Amino acid sequence: MPEAVRDHSHVPGLAHHFDTLDQQTEATTLGMWVFLVTEVLFFGGLFTVYTVYRSWYPGAFAAASHELDITLGTINTAVLITSSLTMALAVHAAQLGERRTLLIFLAATMLLGGVFLGIKGFEYYHKFVEHHVPGSSFQFEQEYFRHAQIFFSLYFMMTGLHALHMVIGFGIMLVMFWWAWKGTITLEYYSPIEISGLYWHFVDIVWIFLFPLLYLIGRHAH
Amino acid sequence: MSAHILPKRIYYTIYGILILCTFLTVQIAFFDLGPLNTIAAIGIAILKATLVILYFMHVKYSSRLTAAVVAGSVFWLAILVALTMTDYLTRAWRTFG
Amino acid sequence: MASSTLLIPPRHYLNDGYGIKSWLLTRDHKRIALLYLAGVTLFFFVGGAMAVLIRIDLATPPGDLVTDETYNKLFTMHGVMMVFFFLIPAIPAVLGNFLVPIMIGAKDLAFPKLNLFSWYIYIVGGLFTLYALVSGGVDTGWTFYTPFSTVASTTNVIPTALGIFITGFSSILTGLNFIVTIHRMRAPGMTWFRMPLFLWSIYATSLINVLGTPVIAITVLLVAAERIFHFGFFDPRVGGDPVLFQHLFWFYSHPAVYIMVLPAMGVVSELVAAGCRKPVFGYPFVAFASLGIAVLGFLVWGHHMFVAGESVYSALIFSILSFLVAIPSAVKVFNWTATMFKGAVSWETPMLYAYGFIGLFTIGGLTGLFLATVAVDVHVTDTYFVIAHFHYIMVGGTIMGYLGGVHYWWPKISGRLYNEALAKISAGIIFIGFNLTFFPQFVLGYLGMPRRYHAYPPDFQVLNVLSSAGASILGVGYLIPMIYLMWSLRYGRLAGSNPWGAVGLEWTTTSPPPTENFAETPLVTWDAYDYHAPSESHVA
Repeated sequence: MPEAVRDHSHVPGLAHHFDTLDQQTEATTLGMWVFLVTEVLFFGGLFTVYTVYRSWYPGAFAAASHELDITLGTINTAVLITSSLTMALAVHAAQLGERRTLLIFLAATMLLGGVFLGIKGFEYYHKFVEHHVPGSSFQFEQEYFRHAQIFFSLYFMMTGLHALHMVIGFGIMLVMFWWAWKGTITLEYYSPIEISGLYWHFVDIVWIFLFPLLYLIGRHAH
Repeated sequence: MSAHILPKRIYYTIYGILILCTFLTVQIAFFDLGPLNTIAAIGIAILKATLVILYFMHVKYSSRLTAAVVAGSVFWLAILVALTMTDYLTRAWRTFG
Repeated sequence: MASSTLLIPPRHYLNDGYGIKSWLLTRDHKRIALLYLAGVTLFFFVGGAMAVLIRIDLATPPGDLVTDETYNKLFTMHGVMMVFFFLIPAIPAVLGNFLVPIMIGAKDLAFPKLNLFSWYIYIVGGLFTLYALVSGGVDTGWTFYTPFSTVASTTNVIPTALGIFITGFSSILTGLNFIVTIHRMRAPGMTWFRMPLFLWSIYATSLINVLGTPVIAITVLLVAAERIFHFGFFDPRVGGDPVLFQHLFWFYSHPAVYIMVLPAMGVVSELVAAGCRKPVFGYPFVAFASLGIAVLGFLVWGHHMFVAGESVYSALIFSILSFLVAIPSAVKVFNWTATMFKGAVSWETPMLYAYGFIGLFTIGGLTGLFLATVAVDVHVTDTYFVIAHFHYIMVGGTIMGYLGGVHYWWPKISGRLYNEALAKISAGIIFIGFNLTFFPQFVLGYLGMPRRYHAYPPDFQVLNVLSSAGASILGVGYLIPMIYLMWSLRYGRLAGSNPWGAVGLEWTTTSPPPTENFAETPLVTWDAYDYHAPSESHVA
């Protein structure tokens, strides 16, 4: 079995230390999954901090959550879910060797990612203007003044880290777009698209949790 | 090897459910259900994440190793949160509020 | 086939390309292992220099060598350098990188370029931290407890935190590489239960690396964010809890000690099997014990916080779990001992380090049980008892395992044999120096001497002088191997492919191995420690 593919030059994309393209695909896919495990624990530290302080300061968290724009947050959630759809469709196109469709859906994914980041930037700007950035210029109602700072610290840390991951994802999509453009991605060798998709879906999942935890606390009041 | 080429309608169906769930979770937030608000919000988020994992990330059609890796990561995060909270929920001197 | 009978093959990984570019841009896991060897040795000496200064200061009761602030910086840097830049990477990145592909019959790791990248990350992180040291130091202790590290300390917390953050990725990516390699690149016939136990240890270590390191990564990021942006995660002034930092920090840093000791245990399994020419007793138990240590190790972190302010119920839960984690370690010690029973026990240098490990790790581990007992810990926490405990494990355990492994596989790595007499003498000096340094510290801690203090009551001086004397002996002991190992590179006798007569895929290839490790992909039909089968079946 190992002798069968000694000459790797016949197989485009096959690295020399792997025996077959299948082995390489399985290895790189597992590698991305293991990397996502590290990302779960990385964000998980922040979710732990969130859990602790929300259990301690429910009133302050609800009051602070009110100050986030629920419309923009909901739109952003829909945008990101849609980008996951376009990403899945991009992988589908790659699996069928449909280069043009693949390029369109990669571009759509990037576009939606850009929209998400734009809206996020707009929200950040508003938080800055409303003096909700923790630090010396922070302003909030007297009753929750101290603890609301923890909420906003978490808000900026969690969404900021998430946005950073989106920017990295955008960069990965650019590379994928370029590879698809110049023909590196073929019917036999499309695993980079699949693996990039895994990363993109993960970033979407983080937001799926961030949205209710940050935007939807105690919305029923008043 | 990756034989799981799903028909596109599966993606569209899952997408529809995800959008519906998003709409639902926002609407539920405006009703006062007490502690159920948080449970519903997290529950819906877990449902959405599960759908993305199973269908968009193809875990339903992947090896048991992949499923074990996903389950393991969630379990480990649960250890971190749960054991930390055993401290925060049992501090007698702490008043909540 | 013929190459294994040559004492040294004409082409091997060391002469496959010359010049600095062929090393700094290599993708060969064996060369990367040597790059790591250079790095860990450098950082070991930096951390060791800190230790020398500490022990000199502690030889006299008043804190008279350096100021209090400087002393804080010395022990902080000693801890940071030793933990993050030596103990955690040493065995996995040096011996693991070299051996994992060879032991499973592969040509390289799953991701060779990622492997090189990991080394660069490690070096960059190390340089960041060295910069922090050189430009003023850090005084928070390697544990960076808040709120001192976030609010009050005026020293280089941020560069040190960032250095650790960066280096963490080296651990994560190396662990990822090993996990994927062991899952997907085993040679035909190399089933999980035919793998050498060293690989089980490396696999378990890699699981910890992947699951735990990200949490300390986010934690140091939170500390940096709090210092830079004045976020209030751990700040009591806005309702934050400083103890939360400790939860997050120890969630990683406790499993980290298993990152340090598990690979050393893996080495000991190999040494005991080879030295006694017997399969390791109860192979499945030792394999599963490695996994058990990795899993249970994540459930015990609160035992570092018994007096920090965690609730007493939480403390009790962590205490019980800490007792449980001792069980798989004990299983391993029993199994190694059983392996030696009726085995052809040898006294060569690697075996001396293995015996040293077994004895010293047992002492360290038992004292860990003292510390896991809440009622005892209340008295000895933050004293020299704790320091002695973890140095028995890390120095008496991990460093012994590391040195044993380096000596055992040195002929494979370099193609040369070292001077056995000098090696035995150094092992003896290290053993004596180590015990003289750290055993008095158990007594000091029990008598109440706190850690991280450089001034102490005159009653404690005798024990401190013994400890400092031991440290000087230990230092000499560490220097001698550097000399004879370097000397052997040029003047040592040629080793041949299997100087120990051991069983294992690494001994079927040449010393040094060719770049692609094997002339042909091996087909494995024998068990890991098949010492009773005819030896011809293992020669490639």
